[in-house]
Amino acid sequence: MGFDLVANVVVAGVLTGLVYGLMALGLSVIFGVVRVVNFAHGEMMTVAMYAATVLFAMLGLDPFVVALPVAAAFFVFGYLLQTALINPFITRPEHSQFMLLVAVAIVMVNALLMVFGPDARNVQVDYQLDSFEIGKILIDKARLFAAGAAVLTATGLFLFFRYSLTGKAIRACADNYLGAKVVGLNVKKYYALTFGLGCVCVAIAGCAQVLLVDVTPPLGPYYTLLAFVIVIVGGLGSMGGALLGGVLIGVSEALAGLFIAPSAKSMFSFGLLIVVLLFRPQGLLGKR
Amino acid sequence: MKRRQFNQALAASVASLGFPSVVKAQSQKLKVGIILPRSGYLGFIGQSCQKGADLAPGVIKQMLGVDLELMNADFESNVDTARTRAERLIQEGANVLVGPFDSGAASAIAQVAEQRGVPFVINIAAAPLITEQGYKFVFRNFQTAGDIVRNGLALIGDLFQATNTVPRTAVFMHVNDTFGQAMAKGIGAFMPRLTQLPFKIVDTISYDPAAKDLTVEVSKAKAANADFLLLVCRLNDAIILRREMVKQRWNPMGIVSPGSPGMYEEQYFKTLGKLSEHSISNVPWYNPKAKLTGVVEKAFLKQNPKDKLVFHGLNAGFTFEACLIAADAFKRARTTDPKTLADAIRQTNITEKMMLGGPIKFNEKGQVEGIGSACVQNLNLLPTVVLPTSAATAKPVFPVPGYKKT
Repeated sequence: MGFDLVANVVVAGVLTGLVYGLMALGLSVIFGVVRVVNFAHGEMMTVAMYAATVLFAMLGLDPFVVALPVAAAFFVFGYLLQTALINPFITRPEHSQFMLLVAVAIVMVNALLMVFGPDARNVQVDYQLDSFEIGKILIDKARLFAAGAAVLTATGLFLFFRYSLTGKAIRACADNYLGAKVVGLNVKKYYALTFGLGCVCVAIAGCAQVLLVDVTPPLGPYYTLLAFVIVIVGGLGSMGGALLGGVLIGVSEALAGLFIAPSAKSMFSFGLLIVVLLFRPQGLLGKR
Repeated sequence: MKRRQFNQALAASVASLGFPSVVKAQSQKLKVGIILPRSGYLGFIGQSCQKGADLAPGVIKQMLGVDLELMNADFESNVDTARTRAERLIQEGANVLVGPFDSGAASAIAQVAEQRGVPFVINIAAAPLITEQGYKFVFRNFQTAGDIVRNGLALIGDLFQATNTVPRTAVFMHVNDTFGQAMAKGIGAFMPRLTQLPFKIVDTISYDPAAKDLTVEVSKAKAANADFLLLVCRLNDAIILRREMVKQRWNPMGIVSPGSPGMYEEQYFKTLGKLSEHSISNVPWYNPKAKLTGVVEKAFLKQNPKDKLVFHGLNAGFTFEACLIAADAFKRARTTDPKTLADAIRQTNITEKMMLGGPIKFNEKGQVEGIGSACVQNLNLLPTVVLPTSAATAKPVFPVPGYKKT
C-alpha cells in the first residue's frame, strides 16, 4: 500500500472531519452553556442542507454564498426556539428536555418529507468535481472549501467567546448560572443567543456538507448520532474538543476503511467512542 | 322453516360473511398487494417499479379481461418494515402480493406469505435462497444472482470480443447488502469456470449501499490499478461512486456491471448528466421488439407523458409481468382462494411476454428459468441495448472515450 494512497485517504478524512467538527461544535456550544442536549441537531443540519439546495435551484447561488443568509435565518430560528420552547424547560428534569428536542427532531424530519419527499437532492457547482493536485496527493476542491469554511467559522466563534463582551457574558452564564444572575446578566437571553450561535454552526456546516453529500430527510438522525459521537470523544462543552473529535472520527473511519474493510468503517468511530468512554469519560479535551 | 333448513341457511350466511374474498373473486376482481421501497435509499427504483404496477390493471384488463385492484404499500427500504407492510396488506384483504425489488425484503415477505398462505410473486430479487426454502406460495419471475452473474459475465466476454479488447485485470466493488453478497458469491463461484474471460480480479471491495461518502473505497480501488471496474451497485451509491471517480481522476477502461441496478436508472442520467455516459450494465432487460412491449409502452406513455419506458424497462417490466402472472393465474383459477391461486400460478405458461428470454414457466421451486440478459450501455444519455446483436440497437463502445487504452 503506497504512501500516496494513505496520504490521500488521511487528507480526505481530515477535511471531512473538520466539517463534522463544525457540526458538532454547535452541539457542544449549546450544551456547554445552556446544558441542554440538542437531540434535533442533525435534523437542523438537514434543514440547512435543504435550504442550500432550494436557494441553489431557485437562484443558482453557490452554497458558500447562501451560507451567510442561511446562518442568519438559523440564528433567528435558534434564538426563538430557545426563547419560546426550551427556556421554559431549563429547570425541568433532563428527560423532559430530551423528549422535547426529540419531538422537535421528529417534526423536522416529517416536515421535510412532506415538503420535499423522500428523493435525494443535491447542488452541482462548477468546481464540485475538481481536485487540487499536490504531488501525488489529490485534494477534492469542494471538500477543501468546506473544511476551510469550518475552520473559519470555528475560529470566529472562538474569538467571539474569547474577546467580545457578549461572549464573555455567555461564558459567565455557562460557568455559574446563579452568579451570572446575581451580577445582573439576563441569563435566558444569553442562552437564546448561544442556541442561535449553535444553529449558525449547524447552518454553515449544512451548506458546506451539501457539496459533499446528497440530502434526504432521514439523514438528520444519522448526523445527530455522529455529532454525539464526536462531542463525546472530543469532550462535551469543549470547542476545541469538537473539532478534534471530528477530525479523529473522520481520519479513523478513513483509515479503518483503507486498512480493514470499507463496509465496516463506521464501526471504528463507535469503537473509538467506547475507548474514550472507558479511559477518559470526560472526552479528550473535556473538563471533569 | 325446519331446523335443517334453518341450519343450511345459517351456514350459507356464515360462509358468505366469513369468506368475503372468495365471493369477491367470483365477481372477477383480484386484490394485488404491491409492496415496494418507494422511499429510503431504494426509493427511486421503487417508484420506477411502481410505474409498472400502475399500468398493469389497464393493460391486463385489455389482455385478459381481468380486473385488478392494486393495494400499494411502501416498505421504506427497510426489511423490518417490509415484513409489517406485508402482514398489513394480507390483513386488509390482499389476495396476492407482488414486489419488492430487494432480496432482503423478499426473504422477509416470503416468510410472511408462506405463514399466511398467500401467494407472493417476486418481481425483482436475486438472492438464490429465496426459492430454495421449499416455499409453496413464493414465486419468482427474475433471475437468481447465479443466473445474473453467469449471463452478465458471459456478456462481458461477448463485449470484449465485439470490441476486440483484452483487459487483463478488474477491481471488483460491490454493495454489502443481501443482493450484493449473493452476487459476490456468484462471481467468486463462476469466474474460475469461465476460462474464456481474459481478466482476473485483483482486488475486491465491499461497501455499504447507504454510504454517504465513498472516498476511501474509490481510493482503494484506484490503487489496485486495474484495467476496468467490475461493479455491483445500487442507484445512490453508483452516483456517489461515479462522482468520486472523476474527483480522483480515475479513468479505467470502463465501468461494467455484471448485473446490478443503478447505472441504467433515470436518476443516474438526471443526476450525472454526461458523466453517466458509457457505463455498462449486463442485466435482465425487456425485448424492444416484443408485441407486448409496444402495448406496455403505449400505456406507460399515457400515464407518464413526460417519461420514457427505457428508463424503467427492467423495473416496470418485471413488475408488470408479476402482475400479469397473478392475473393470468386468477383467470384460470376463477377464485381468490390462496391455495387454488398458488396452484394456478405454478401452472403458468405465458408465451406472450415483454422481458427477454423464454416463456414464463415456474419450476418445482417456484423459479422461472431461462430469463435473458442484455448488455445495456449508456449512449447519448439513454440506456441502449448493445448486445446480444439480435436485440441490439447500437454498437458497444469499449474502452470508453477518454479512458486509457490497453
